[in-house]
Amino acid sequence: MRQKHLRILRIIISVFFLVFMSALFVDYREFIPVSYAKWVLYPQLIPSVISFITLPAALATGFLLILILTFLFGRVYCSAICPLGALQDVYAFLSKKFRIIKRYKFKKALDYLRYPFLGLTVVFLLFGSMLVLNLLDPYSSFGRIFSDLARPGVVTVNNLLAAQLEKMEVYFLFRVDMGLFTWQTIFIPIFTAVLIIWLSVYFGRLYCNTVCPVGTTLGLLSRLSLFRIKMDRLSCTRCGKCAFVCKSNCIDIKNFKVDFSRCVACYNCITACEYNAIKYEPAYARKPVNAELSADRSKRNFIGKSLLLGMALTGLKQKSTAQDHDNLPPGDIPNNRQHPVSPPGSVSLKHFTDRCTACHLCVTSCPTGVLQPSFLEYGISGIMQPHMDYSVEYCNYECTICSQVCPTGAIMPLTVDDKKLTQTGVVHLILDKCIVVTDNTACGSCSEHCPTQAVRMVPFQNGLTIPELNETVCIGCGACEYACPVRPYTAIYVEGNPIHQVAEQPQTESLEYREHEDFPF
Amino acid sequence: MKRRDFIRSSVSAGMFTGAAFTLGSYGALKAADSTSSFQLPYDMVAIRGGEPGEMFDRGIASLGGLKQFVKPNQTVVVKPNIGWDTTPEKGATTNPELVSAVIEQCKLAGAKSVYVFDNPVAEWTRSYAYSGIEEAAKKAGATVVSGKSEGYYQNVSIPKGKVLKNAKVHELILESDVFINIPVLKNHGGSTLTIAMKNLMGVVWDRQYWHSNDLHQCIADFATFFQPDLNIIDAYRVMKRNGPRGVSAADVVTMKYQIIATDMVAADAAATKVFGMEPNQLRHLVLAEQSGVGTSDIDALKINRLTLST
Repeated sequence: MRQKHLRILRIIISVFFLVFMSALFVDYREFIPVSYAKWVLYPQLIPSVISFITLPAALATGFLLILILTFLFGRVYCSAICPLGALQDVYAFLSKKFRIIKRYKFKKALDYLRYPFLGLTVVFLLFGSMLVLNLLDPYSSFGRIFSDLARPGVVTVNNLLAAQLEKMEVYFLFRVDMGLFTWQTIFIPIFTAVLIIWLSVYFGRLYCNTVCPVGTTLGLLSRLSLFRIKMDRLSCTRCGKCAFVCKSNCIDIKNFKVDFSRCVACYNCITACEYNAIKYEPAYARKPVNAELSADRSKRNFIGKSLLLGMALTGLKQKSTAQDHDNLPPGDIPNNRQHPVSPPGSVSLKHFTDRCTACHLCVTSCPTGVLQPSFLEYGISGIMQPHMDYSVEYCNYECTICSQVCPTGAIMPLTVDDKKLTQTGVVHLILDKCIVVTDNTACGSCSEHCPTQAVRMVPFQNGLTIPELNETVCIGCGACEYACPVRPYTAIYVEGNPIHQVAEQPQTESLEYREHEDFPF
Repeated sequence: MKRRDFIRSSVSAGMFTGAAFTLGSYGALKAADSTSSFQLPYDMVAIRGGEPGEMFDRGIASLGGLKQFVKPNQTVVVKPNIGWDTTPEKGATTNPELVSAVIEQCKLAGAKSVYVFDNPVAEWTRSYAYSGIEEAAKKAGATVVSGKSEGYYQNVSIPKGKVLKNAKVHELILESDVFINIPVLKNHGGSTLTIAMKNLMGVVWDRQYWHSNDLHQCIADFATFFQPDLNIIDAYRVMKRNGPRGVSAADVVTMKYQIIATDMVAADAAATKVFGMEPNQLRHLVLAEQSGVGTSDIDALKINRLTLST
């Protein structure tokens, strides 16, 4: 294949990933089977690295493939596979189409930004916080933009269409309730989306070469690539067409140099050149490029400061709950919940928060909507990592979809049988708040919803029944809490297990039944 | 005057406050409805010992066929209990064979369209799928509709309600001509048993209010507002404990009963006896009878008892 064709190949692959990923993150109806989703998730760098550490290695070798590709040809990931990269290319394309940007030109690398962003990410990781990585990782940012922003839009359009179609007796599209809109965290995907649009419209791939820690890491590796895009002094006429189309501003015509650490391998330059003067060349055929990898003073200075900040942040994980509430109505007395509930399969709060990149694929996939982006439930460091929000919904007893789609292994795959015994939390009952006690009325909503009868109704007074707990069979699904009519703070609630436990099998003694001789009336 | 015209008028009554006027016309309407339009040979048919579809076909035939209730070109809502994402063996949902037999009879009677929906407690797409009802209903030619969006529900006022004065009900029950209620008989932690009257909670959106404001009274109140044209109680597999969801198939016994009646109170009373309890132990039944919804004195009714040999 001629190198001129690389660009079209890159476009085909990136469009595939962009379309598939967008669909995946707005798929509120479980149209896309998990087995298909696996394939587009497989080469996503950050999830793949994390799942490689977490899961059996054979399932998560996608990042090795990317590293090998990068070592051979540079940052192929950034233009072909990264969904956020492809999204930026769409904006950059529109920018050119509407003549906002007519041509790109060479600019110096913003080393004083890109290395600190990478450094900060690494420092936070060393201190056990996913915060910066989660804010900057392109795959996860893309996921949040589509799950948190685009999906509600798609649902709105669906509902308008469905309402019209239903008038014509067509019930294929049904109306869907939006569920909870998490206002507290929505500003993060909005900020990312606006930043991405602004940068890609006016500055091409500046995000990828300054903010993105994945881009910077791959940039470092691409300095060692076996094949790099180079300019041929002899054929080049210095027409500048290659630099005009370079979204990374990395082609320096004056000095016949390509800053390959910033090149996102889009191959626009190769196609643009009429003289075949810019193309992949073996890197080590001639004199090797002097890799400028040494850390300078500002970098060291920065890392020092980041360490301090990281230490400060670890102190921010706690929040206070103590409150005085003597004369409040039952529903206004807060539950003293000590731990949030993480999804079944997430092993423990630590396992989960150490691995979740907050891409919100599980939030999209969750058929009930119980999985919601968190605000401060996991502490500041865990902002946006999904938690089980039982004020919105509860976890479906038969469902394991979040554990199947999670690309990082933050939620480990579970079988339905295992899920039914995975205790993510334990039920707590404040009988003084229960409506049967306070209002002397029948309810039983908690027991009605409980799949294991960890909450069952036992005789109380005046023929009424009150809930009684059997914590050993509770799996923490939150059905009781969701169903409890005492609001906003329920009389029955689930206290998260910091480390998930195994629940006991619910009782299954068989019943005695003698067939009636005749009708009982 | 058709059901939907009446309910439409009470929808508007919900918007204004002239409830007393509507209340007067309502009683007159129901009386006219039940005497002049058709005469049934029995008040109730009770069937035992057969398969669900077979029991229904035999039972409804003895009432003169479903054409007594469904006229050509009418639209019908068939409301099974699809409350849970469990398989038919667990007895938490209405038997799919029965649902499909009812739909087939509706089609035979000339129904223009038959809608099936519920507002399940568990995640609805899974409930529709695992219960086997979605597949059975589609195969039988019904339109399976979602009940899981507030947009489908409209506010109505309940003039005779003691506690429940308003409810948001699914628009299909307002728009359709005939409503056939197909509950499953089972134990229920909150309402003691769930049968025909309790099954109507599945056409309502805002159910939390019911739980916080005397569940039994709310069930009875809603029954004063809305009476199905026909109730078919599935007591083939009966969940005896741990209801309404059940923990396992061990909670279920195979009783092979079915009750068909127009009077919800009478139907529930008969089913209560099948379950092994007395009607006066079921509070919402007692309350509904007091409000004049129907009678629990089943000994006074003309019952056709059919025992099918298997």
